[in-house]
Amino acid sequence: MQIETAPEPFSVIGANGDVGGHKVTLSDEELIQCYRTMLTVRAFDDVCMKLQRSGRIGFSVPNKGVEACQVGAASALRQSDFFFPSYRDFGMALYHGVHPVEMMHNMFGNNLDAARGRQMPVHFSFTDPIKYFSISSPIGTHLPQAVGAAYAHQMRGEDNVTLASFGDGGTSSLGFHSALNFAGVWKSPVIFLCQNNGWAISCPSDEQTASDGFAIKGAAYGVPGVTVDGNDVLAMHQAVSEAADRARRGEGPTLIEAVTYRMGGHSTSDDPSKYVPKETLEEWAEKDPVKRFREFLTVRGMWTEELESEWSAAAYEQVNSGAKEAESTEGPRLETIFSDVYAELPQHLRRQGEAAFDLAKRKGDADAGGGAFPL
Amino acid sequence: MVPQVIQLIDESGSAVSQLPDLGKDRLRAMFISMLRVRIVDGRMLTLQRAGRIGFVGTSTGMEGAQIGSAAALKAQDWLWSGLREGGAAVMRGLPLAEYVAQMYCNANDTAKGRQMCNHFQHKGSNYPSWSSVIGTQIPHAVGAAYASKMRGEDVVHSVYFGDGATSSNGFHSGMNQAAVWKVPAVFVCVNNGWAISVSAKAQTAAETYAHKASAYGMPAARVDGNDAVACYATMQAAVERARKGDGPSLVVLETYRIMGHSSSDDPSKYRDEDEVAGWIAKDPIQRLEQYLTSQGFLAEGEREKIEAELLAEIDTVIHEQEAAAPMALKTLVEDVYATVPGHLKRQYNDFIEVAERHGDAQPGDGAFPL
Amino acid sequence: MPTLTLIQAVNDGLKVSMRQDESVLVFGEDVGPKGGVFLATEGLTAEFGKARCFDTPLSEDGIIGTAIGMAANGLRPVCEIQFQDFIFPAFDQIVSEAAKLRYRSGGQYTAPMVIRTPYGGGIRGGLYHSQSGEAYFAHTAGLKVVIPSTAYDAKGLLLAAIEDPDPVLFMEPKALYRHEKGEVPEGHYTVDLSTLRTVREGDNVTVFCYGSMVPVVEKAAAKAAEQGIQCEVVDLRTLLPLDEQGVLDAARKTGRCVIVHEAPRFCGYGAEISAMIAENIIEYMEAPVRRVTGFDTPFPNTLEHHYLPDERRVLDAIEEVARY
Repeated sequence: MQIETAPEPFSVIGANGDVGGHKVTLSDEELIQCYRTMLTVRAFDDVCMKLQRSGRIGFSVPNKGVEACQVGAASALRQSDFFFPSYRDFGMALYHGVHPVEMMHNMFGNNLDAARGRQMPVHFSFTDPIKYFSISSPIGTHLPQAVGAAYAHQMRGEDNVTLASFGDGGTSSLGFHSALNFAGVWKSPVIFLCQNNGWAISCPSDEQTASDGFAIKGAAYGVPGVTVDGNDVLAMHQAVSEAADRARRGEGPTLIEAVTYRMGGHSTSDDPSKYVPKETLEEWAEKDPVKRFREFLTVRGMWTEELESEWSAAAYEQVNSGAKEAESTEGPRLETIFSDVYAELPQHLRRQGEAAFDLAKRKGDADAGGGAFPL
Repeated sequence: MVPQVIQLIDESGSAVSQLPDLGKDRLRAMFISMLRVRIVDGRMLTLQRAGRIGFVGTSTGMEGAQIGSAAALKAQDWLWSGLREGGAAVMRGLPLAEYVAQMYCNANDTAKGRQMCNHFQHKGSNYPSWSSVIGTQIPHAVGAAYASKMRGEDVVHSVYFGDGATSSNGFHSGMNQAAVWKVPAVFVCVNNGWAISVSAKAQTAAETYAHKASAYGMPAARVDGNDAVACYATMQAAVERARKGDGPSLVVLETYRIMGHSSSDDPSKYRDEDEVAGWIAKDPIQRLEQYLTSQGFLAEGEREKIEAELLAEIDTVIHEQEAAAPMALKTLVEDVYATVPGHLKRQYNDFIEVAERHGDAQPGDGAFPL
Repeated sequence: MPTLTLIQAVNDGLKVSMRQDESVLVFGEDVGPKGGVFLATEGLTAEFGKARCFDTPLSEDGIIGTAIGMAANGLRPVCEIQFQDFIFPAFDQIVSEAAKLRYRSGGQYTAPMVIRTPYGGGIRGGLYHSQSGEAYFAHTAGLKVVIPSTAYDAKGLLLAAIEDPDPVLFMEPKALYRHEKGEVPEGHYTVDLSTLRTVREGDNVTVFCYGSMVPVVEKAAAKAAEQGIQCEVVDLRTLLPLDEQGVLDAARKTGRCVIVHEAPRFCGYGAEISAMIAENIIEYMEAPVRRVTGFDTPFPNTLEHHYLPDERRVLDAIEEVARY
């Protein structure tokens, strides 16, 4: 009786930005879009951290270290594909043209947030320009949902794929088990992207499971698994492109393990210095995905200091003005507590809403707007 | 990489590999246990058809898998069961009278008639109560194995489940935790081809059920489940591995459910009778019988003699259990908590007042003093 | 008009829905060639093909989770959980996902789907084939909870549930699957959700019930009538959102109320009805509200006929409330 072992991760960008014999399929324009998206993610992280520390937003999750996974994967997909992201996939939305202000509306939980401030920050939901499925906090629940959405694509004969993105911890969830199993049986056009970033909050990935890596878990479901260098935009792009092609050809799902590292805490509420070894962090800092991609662009003559300054300034400008706009947007109105529970407002919620408005009126709460329940 | 199916005795009853040294007596004991499973199942089915009991899930065709593998456990080991391991429980010490009382769900049933038929338990041989909900016993076994490990006991926990259970929540969490914790457990997947009407092939796209172990960093073996001796030998290796502290493993017993899922199921609606006939030809009892006969461990015509004895044995027990006393009504509210709380006493007292008025209550069913 | 059993009406409802809307699909454990363990889905695979009625692996979490994705992507899944007792592995998907999706996405994504599941005792199913878990789900905002008690309602409510824009848990009283028969119109019709049904009119005592308890209450009410106690019997049909006005009107009519359900009492659905009466119309009440329910114990096997509220226990409560 033997235990199976994992292969080395697949990578494209080697030392000093050299891609060796690998073919680069992204256009120059797309390559720059990848890079600029990564800069925007960094700017977004930076601004949100400051907003959180100064008490203006309640929560955020840093993306530092995993930007190549997000951007490499997103660049391999079409806008008509369906994204079922995790809470740490900001770059997927940004790459496909979601404006930072849209994300800031959610970070501030204001009235222009799709969820009307009902969700915590970083729980985005977009339908335009991409279908970016509403994020849930419980881990792994979106994985079978992605398989169901893929079933709808299959049934209608569309060649869209769904991307389900999750972390190493997510593989222990029920959603992972049922989703991979169903997708294997149904030959679903799904890409399961496991971003193994080393940590599930404070649980290291080698305590999450005894298997050698995560790609191997595909064997349990008849789903091919591949291990990719998650800090390499081009490797991510290639792996996800191949998986998407397989899916579109009707050959079923693929499990991709992107080996990467979460350079920040789990969230703004987490202090990783309690459990992340300093040496490991330093080791991974050397492999920084932005630096790595920058080296590649430099070799191709597509990067200069001046361009960096220009792009970075533009990213900050977008994010800062987005934050400003979102902060000055009015908060969600009292009736949003009661709306969107059902398509139609039921009797008991109407009564509860009316009572809440009546109380607000009597107690002089201006936010409730005049005291008449508008729904 | 598809693991080879381990077979020691082929379908004609000839040894095709080195057999473990079980000796005549243990081999005969295994054979008798397998025959008992079949005889008891037959009797239970008759009782069900006659309306005497409510439900039976038979092990027909799977006697070798169940008995052969469980025979590799030591007395102190645990067997966390699924629906069809009652025969193994009897082999390990569950009195036949308790087995039948459970099938009748009568006042002699140690579960006090609260469970459906075919849900056995036997504390004396470390065979815990089973839930109808598929796969829930798997993490339970892992937790219990953790406890045994923590206390440094020489105890291995085996947990049995079917092919369908590999899709359950319990399988995923149980297998993962077990491997991370390196607990002394053996996962026994009895792949009998069907989860009610869903075929083992429609249950998963994995190449084999043994492949599922890869996901958890656990080793696995596949065995011809109709070769009781191969089941014994493979299980023995897995149990010893666990006992030595080398961690859990998955053993897949490849067999077939000859009958329906249960007495409530009509399998002709969803499967091909030819497939069934093919597996009847691989009967595990007949295979062991041929081997034993060839070794001179079983005399000509001895099987019929043993069967007659087993029939007499089960019929005596059935006769006794038919005469069981009615169930005490207080069992309705007992064992919910260690002691019956006030609100349940009140609910019972209200109930018994109506029951007594209608002449339903027996002496002893009276109210709780409040 | 054909006479159908409750389960035949469910089957007919599924067929009608699948014929008129190609986006409706049915899946779950053993619902394909076997036609479901109770035969609710018999003949669907044959008529609509394997893409629209099929078996899944044994994973309730997978069934409900994928249904949500299908619903969010334009299909109308009607999935089956074989026994309500087996729904709990999917509790997360139902309570935290399906029920909250509209709210959490501001209506960008929704989960219009139906979860059909047989519930309740009466088949000697022991602890794990008998439970009545409606209270867990009626506590969940964003979900609708529907329980029919007649063949006519089973089909009409099921069609309404399938066409509803929100997720509906459709609990079928398995004890009535074959015992309840009635005339059922052919083709399409719906019974509005959130409307109760007056089963029997009376001025002395109001009895609220639903699902499998409706015929039990009807028998008790007939017995009560022999003693001159006229019962208003109300079948709630939709537990969430409830026809609150209808409940209050019916309670006020007699001022004497009994609530019957087979689920355990503590925090059971009856507590909500009782609280509504106390909060809104206490001044009309002539007697304390009585509940007749299953015990606050797990569901037994051998003694299930004692666990389940029967005609005698219901009648006892009616008499007590009438006499008060």
